[in-house]
Amino acid sequence: MRVRFWGTRGSLPVSLTAEDIKGKIVEALLAAAGRNLKTRAEIEAFVGRDLPFAISHTYGGNSSCVELDIGTDEHVLCDLGTGVRPFGLDVLARKGPRTPRTFHVFMSHLHWDHIMGFPFFPHAYLPGNRIVIYGCHAGIEEAFRGQHAAPCFPVDFSRLSAKIEFVKLEPGRRVRHADFDVTPKLQQHSGDSYSYRFEHGGKVVVYSTDAEHKTDDVASTHEVVEFFRNADLVIFDAMYSLADAVSVKEDWGHSSNIVGVELCQHARARHLCIYHHEPVYNDAKIASVLQETLRLEEITRADHTLRISSAYDGLEIAV
Amino acid sequence: MQVSAVRYADVLVVAVKGRIDYMNAEEFKAALLPHLANCAPGRDQVILDLSRLEYVSSAGLRVLMIAAKEVRPRKGRFVAVSLQPVVREIFEISRFTLVFDLFDTVQDALRALSPKAAAMSHTG
Repeated sequence: MRVRFWGTRGSLPVSLTAEDIKGKIVEALLAAAGRNLKTRAEIEAFVGRDLPFAISHTYGGNSSCVELDIGTDEHVLCDLGTGVRPFGLDVLARKGPRTPRTFHVFMSHLHWDHIMGFPFFPHAYLPGNRIVIYGCHAGIEEAFRGQHAAPCFPVDFSRLSAKIEFVKLEPGRRVRHADFDVTPKLQQHSGDSYSYRFEHGGKVVVYSTDAEHKTDDVASTHEVVEFFRNADLVIFDAMYSLADAVSVKEDWGHSSNIVGVELCQHARARHLCIYHHEPVYNDAKIASVLQETLRLEEITRADHTLRISSAYDGLEIAV
Repeated sequence: MQVSAVRYADVLVVAVKGRIDYMNAEEFKAALLPHLANCAPGRDQVILDLSRLEYVSSAGLRVLMIAAKEVRPRKGRFVAVSLQPVVREIFEISRFTLVFDLFDTVQDALRALSPKAAAMSHTG
């Protein structure tokens, strides 16, 4: 299975500014000073090998959208943030506009940043495509119809050419869709959110975003640990520092890198990918959070090693 | 996990020993909060001695935040001292270094909080 991250930013899409780009170029040239870089190959090797990720790349700014690819002809996504737009363009480029596709989308919840990419998903406008949207919220169809209605958007939902279906799921009930065994789980978030445990071919991916895991209740923490149990990959909302998450941003519905590491260690998960980055964080800040999370795993490790990554738009993880 | 307290004049030194995780965080909360009941100007000042705390999880840090929030409106002094390297790093990564005034030793904190208590700790 391959997991592709098309949108990794929390709450609000962001983009680099002109000043941000200039700063990266200045840092890159400073690092290159005195080196004998003459050919494109030498420069590309230097950029890939010697520059920190936060200088040579960006974590990106699209809001939540993750693809689970098991090599079948149908597409499986989590959430429809603005990351679904580049996803759709990529599918169009690879498959063309006249090949009908089927998309299965599992919605964590209906907050704006998780549905706002849908009006810009090209396949919704192309006849022959089928889009199945799964979720546990009662008002899921109304939320999608509402953001297409005037005055929010010029194209009404009724004018979309794709066949669009909504499937209601029940928390805790394992079902089979799109060759995955999928189990949703209720999470603490304003208006509720749901994580998903996806199982296929002996591999397990957990998508847990927009969730405030408080770890102050033993029973509910046990439940989360069991939900994460032995996962090959846990995609985890680590938007805030722990100090913020338990003070000024308590009940804002998000977790920290510390809680992510702890839950994954208890669950003996193999890989934690921190996700849903705080929109005010720049690339350097997200990189420093990753370094701190790596260090935390190192100093709290017992008999189980947890791999840690930080999601970025364009990241692909083989599971 | 054990919590014990020693008084030096107007300063209560509360020592925490062992590990705090989500399994015993409530127990830690129940043991810690009574020591903060009189933490206010003109009454108690509290030093949290973490020299024998081996590990603290998010659940334990949450208890410390609850304690800090309880004391803050009363303008009480509640500081932490002698963090072991691992605990100090956890404080740094969690940004709890921004929540607590930290001192290297109990004596450093006593001198900063109450010269009378510092003198008593030497003679006591």
